[in-house]
Amino acid sequence: MAQEESRTIYLDYAATTPVDARVLEAMLPFMSERYGNANSLYALGRDAYRGLEDARERVAALIGANVPEVVFTGGGSEGDNAAVLGISRAAVTRGRGAHIVVSGFEHKAVLEPAEYLGKHGFEVSIVMPRPDGVVYADDLRAVMRPDTALVSVMHANNELGTVMPIKELAAVAHESGAYFHTDAVQVLGKVAWDAKDLGVDAATFTGHKIYGPKGVGVMYLKRGTPYEALIMGGGQEGKRRSGTQNVAGAVGFARALELMEEERETENPRETALRDRAIQGILAMPNTALNGTLDAHLPGTANLVIKGVEGEAMLLQLDNRGIAVSTGSACSSGSLEPSHVLLAIGCPPEIAHGSLRLTIGRFTTTEDIDYFLDVLPPIIERLRAMSPVYARMFGNGS
Amino acid sequence: MMLYSDKVMDHFNNPRNVGVIPDADGVGEVGNPVCGDVMKITISVENDHIDDIKFQTLGCGAAIATSSIVTEMARGMSLEEAVSITKKHVAEELGGLPPAKMHCSVLATDGLKAAVDDYLVKNGRPPIAGPILSEDPNFDPHAEAIPTTPEACDL
Repeated sequence: MAQEESRTIYLDYAATTPVDARVLEAMLPFMSERYGNANSLYALGRDAYRGLEDARERVAALIGANVPEVVFTGGGSEGDNAAVLGISRAAVTRGRGAHIVVSGFEHKAVLEPAEYLGKHGFEVSIVMPRPDGVVYADDLRAVMRPDTALVSVMHANNELGTVMPIKELAAVAHESGAYFHTDAVQVLGKVAWDAKDLGVDAATFTGHKIYGPKGVGVMYLKRGTPYEALIMGGGQEGKRRSGTQNVAGAVGFARALELMEEERETENPRETALRDRAIQGILAMPNTALNGTLDAHLPGTANLVIKGVEGEAMLLQLDNRGIAVSTGSACSSGSLEPSHVLLAIGCPPEIAHGSLRLTIGRFTTTEDIDYFLDVLPPIIERLRAMSPVYARMFGNGS
Repeated sequence: MMLYSDKVMDHFNNPRNVGVIPDADGVGEVGNPVCGDVMKITISVENDHIDDIKFQTLGCGAAIATSSIVTEMARGMSLEEAVSITKKHVAEELGGLPPAKMHCSVLATDGLKAAVDDYLVKNGRPPIAGPILSEDPNFDPHAEAIPTTPEACDL
């Protein structure tokens, strides 16, 4: 038991990932001897500048971008805020209407800037995902206007793992002359991501979902896209993101992305198999269900509902056994509302409180999944037995 | 960050008095699965004192812990003492609750109040518990959130 309690089974890779040792190795020189400011003219500064620009070139090559279209940022939320606010405002000054469209299950880093614009002169339309967890081009077309400024739809949903038809969605936005941004933090490295092929105008990525460091990200900003910088001051990153660049972070981001690309062909099927093993094991329990279609899906993500249990209680019980997972329950978030993502796909609140998200990653093993599948059922049985309404709502499970 | 005290975790991991008293003298069930929390308390009463008490709860760690501690607090109390337990007493007894979790202690005290009134009304006596806060459709669990832990004061 003592040994069990000391082990950690990390099944929350969509929340964050550990920094891969090979990434850390690439970063370390830029945190010690190569410490210069990439904007300084002397040798130490030029050395840091070369490190930064080398990272930018490698990232550009891996995402199908031109080098100046890669803007290093402070992470995913910053990129989403910068793209949504920066493009919408600038597009209006170029004559577009003050109208934007976002999907109903975007990350809050898109939804809240959209709400902010809604309070400051913009009209905001919401395109809802269908119950399978996918936003469809026809549904987007229905809310477009001839002068819409910006459409923002995430490439993969962070809670469900469902993948959107971004190429089609971007084409629909462009039919109306709108610009298209996608929050792509969850898909980066897991699909072949090519800005030109997808046809997007802007995209947001972050380092810490790809075994890179936290606090660094990339905003892809296609040449010619109207944009007003969110962070002003030193004029770095082509005046699109001021502030002394995080060279170690940029180098780590580039190395992390290279490793994702190199290993994708073997890693995706491995993670998919582990995910499916976990899904089958959970669905073998009574009154459980899968959220979102697996037809268009990230390899390592599974979102299920365990009916008749409350997610936070389940999460804490799993934590007692060393297992880290995520839930969409209201109680885990500090609000009283369950996951807006699950509500958006039509999951009733009383069911959404019992959601469980597992995300499998580079260091997950079959033994981890089997241990999880051993530990979970008694926890569920205990919580259901403690519930005054389980038998009434769901029968005895047979 | 919502951090639970050691005592909350103890009551969550080792809840006391879980179950249902068969042929209970009083039954109280409050909450709603849509909100994520339901609590049921059953009591047996001797000489207007709570002789035995058990609970069942669907809910988060705080909901289970507040239910558990309220059964410990109420056991042996007179009915009047039991209905005067407040959410603040419950939170204090647990070494504090995160502000967002204060409504869980309301649910626990409401469940107890409902059980006491159920017993009294069944026996042809007037209820004594007063309004059941969580049954009011306009109940706002955050309205009276009281910071009870040092980190809560930083909010």
